[in-house]
Amino acid sequence: MRLVRALLPFAVGLPALWAIQAAAPPQLAIILVTAGVNVILAVSLNMVNGFTGQFSLGHAGFMAVGAYTAAKITLAMGEAPANWSPWLWNNGAFTLALLGGMLTAALAGLAVGIPSLRLRGDYLAIVTLGFNEIIRVFIENMRWLGGATGISGLPPYTSVVWVGLGALATVVVARRIVGSTHGRALLSVREDEVAAEAMGVDTVACKVHAFVLSAAFAGLGGGLLVHYILLVTPKSFTFVKSIEVVVMVVLGGMGSISGATLAALVLTFALELMRGLDQYRMVMYSLLLVVLMLSRPTGIFGTKEIWELLGPKRKKAAA
Amino acid sequence: MSEFLQHLVNGVSVGTIYALIALGYTMVYGVLKLINFAHGDVYMVGAFAAFYIANALGVGDSPTLGKTLLVFTGSMAVCAGLGYAIERLAYRPLRERPRLTSLITAIGVSFLLEYGFQLAPFESITSMEFPPGPTPRFFPELFPRTVWLQIGEVAISNIDVLSLLVAIALMIGLEFIVYRTKFGTAMRAVSFDPQTAALMGIPVDRVISITFALGSALAAAAAVLVAISRPRIDPLMGMMPGLKAFVAAVFGGIGNVPGAMVGGIVLGLAEEFVAGYGVSSFRDAIAFAILIAVLLIRPQGLFGRQSVEKV
Repeated sequence: MRLVRALLPFAVGLPALWAIQAAAPPQLAIILVTAGVNVILAVSLNMVNGFTGQFSLGHAGFMAVGAYTAAKITLAMGEAPANWSPWLWNNGAFTLALLGGMLTAALAGLAVGIPSLRLRGDYLAIVTLGFNEIIRVFIENMRWLGGATGISGLPPYTSVVWVGLGALATVVVARRIVGSTHGRALLSVREDEVAAEAMGVDTVACKVHAFVLSAAFAGLGGGLLVHYILLVTPKSFTFVKSIEVVVMVVLGGMGSISGATLAALVLTFALELMRGLDQYRMVMYSLLLVVLMLSRPTGIFGTKEIWELLGPKRKKAAA
Repeated sequence: MSEFLQHLVNGVSVGTIYALIALGYTMVYGVLKLINFAHGDVYMVGAFAAFYIANALGVGDSPTLGKTLLVFTGSMAVCAGLGYAIERLAYRPLRERPRLTSLITAIGVSFLLEYGFQLAPFESITSMEFPPGPTPRFFPELFPRTVWLQIGEVAISNIDVLSLLVAIALMIGLEFIVYRTKFGTAMRAVSFDPQTAALMGIPVDRVISITFALGSALAAAAAVLVAISRPRIDPLMGMMPGLKAFVAAVFGGIGNVPGAMVGGIVLGLAEEFVAGYGVSSFRDAIAFAILIAVLLIRPQGLFGRQSVEKV
């Protein structure tokens, strides 16, 4: 029964994604893929910045680790041998590559998380930003990773179905974690770290778990993205990218999965609609951040999910 | 040997710039416990303010000492005003909220300045070419560069000496303000405990505003000094120096004025020597490696106080 519940979203989602892929014109497919990757990034960052209340500015670094690993794996696997079905080989290679990317990104998350999560608040933000830049500078200096120009000529494996499944998996994992005992421990760390520790929550372990999981999904997002644009360069993973993801999380509401998803979708589509105004994009992002912080610092949906706001109002117990 | 000396000279000259920017971070952190992410961009604005003032005065054609001074003080005044405005509009309304809120706002302000300055000029509205747009501009020469001192192959120019002297003079001035004046005493009191300071009749809001203005003016001075020796300026020029100066401030113990100066110089030297003798393409990673090492080994910094968290 539990297995059925866990797999139900995929059973419903897969045919729907196939239908969308078949129906969508190519221009729409590009936007859908970008939107899906952004959903993966926003929801996974929300595990750290939203649920656990830690402020990470290094999401793009983990994306880079996952993207490069995945790119290396698919290039090493190459074309399908003659006696294999290309469909099976390609999708198998891609699955392997994405899992490999998630694994290395998770390991990078562990390596970054263990030392830096002892720090709090603004220091954590700066240190994760620092690690982001260190990862990027290292990649730029690795000749076998293509240096500053990166690796081009990746196989075009990413499709709407793949990105949709990735986004679905991220949302399902995030949702099931928040509802679990472990998720409540994460929320308690956000609400009051000292009190949580006094209640016997291993706060450092909690933060590291959330961080590693979030890094793994950032790696998934990175792997999916580069197999769509068919190019992986260090320039795509500067801390400016990390901040773009932060904007999505902050906009949607720190701690709200549906909020982050909606914000990622809305921002992607909105940006696509004003392509000609590209130079105003970051100006808008930054204005949005400042105005939002001044007027509604918890984000549009706060820690609530959308349906909690839409549903019949429940009376709050008197505090 | 001469190579070593050259690196030493370069390291100190970069380090004094980091130190001047770091002072702004450290003072603001001292009174507000906020990492002013936009500080590096105030530095950038300082360079552009100086650029516009210098062009308006026609410094390129006939440089004089008076005009140089005017460029300096004008740029510092513009940035002091900007720092005051940022604090007033973006940070003050959030002072009672969680610190993370202010940090996100600071990131927003930083990006607003960086990308706002990259927009194409609104020439129809103002006759001035503002905002400057993404292409780098070249700062006019305020005075010709001459070699001041030649030791073997090491050349020390008048610009190197001047920027060092100006930086030292500004730091001594700041030291005097912080430790010898009534305002400095008020500032240290606010930094120690804002609530008690307010009860003692110190105008906390005004102290914080002036601190912001002071730190921003120092960043502008640093920007002008940099622009004199390396005239290429662009809207993203504040990003890296800003982050590195923050590292310098943390290294010296954030909130500690002499610490920021030492931290700046140490960081400048470390970068110059590692880049000079090791791999120059790793230059940008060094500062962050130092930051991570400091936070893990001695989070309070070189001269900082250990703070105890109370419930």
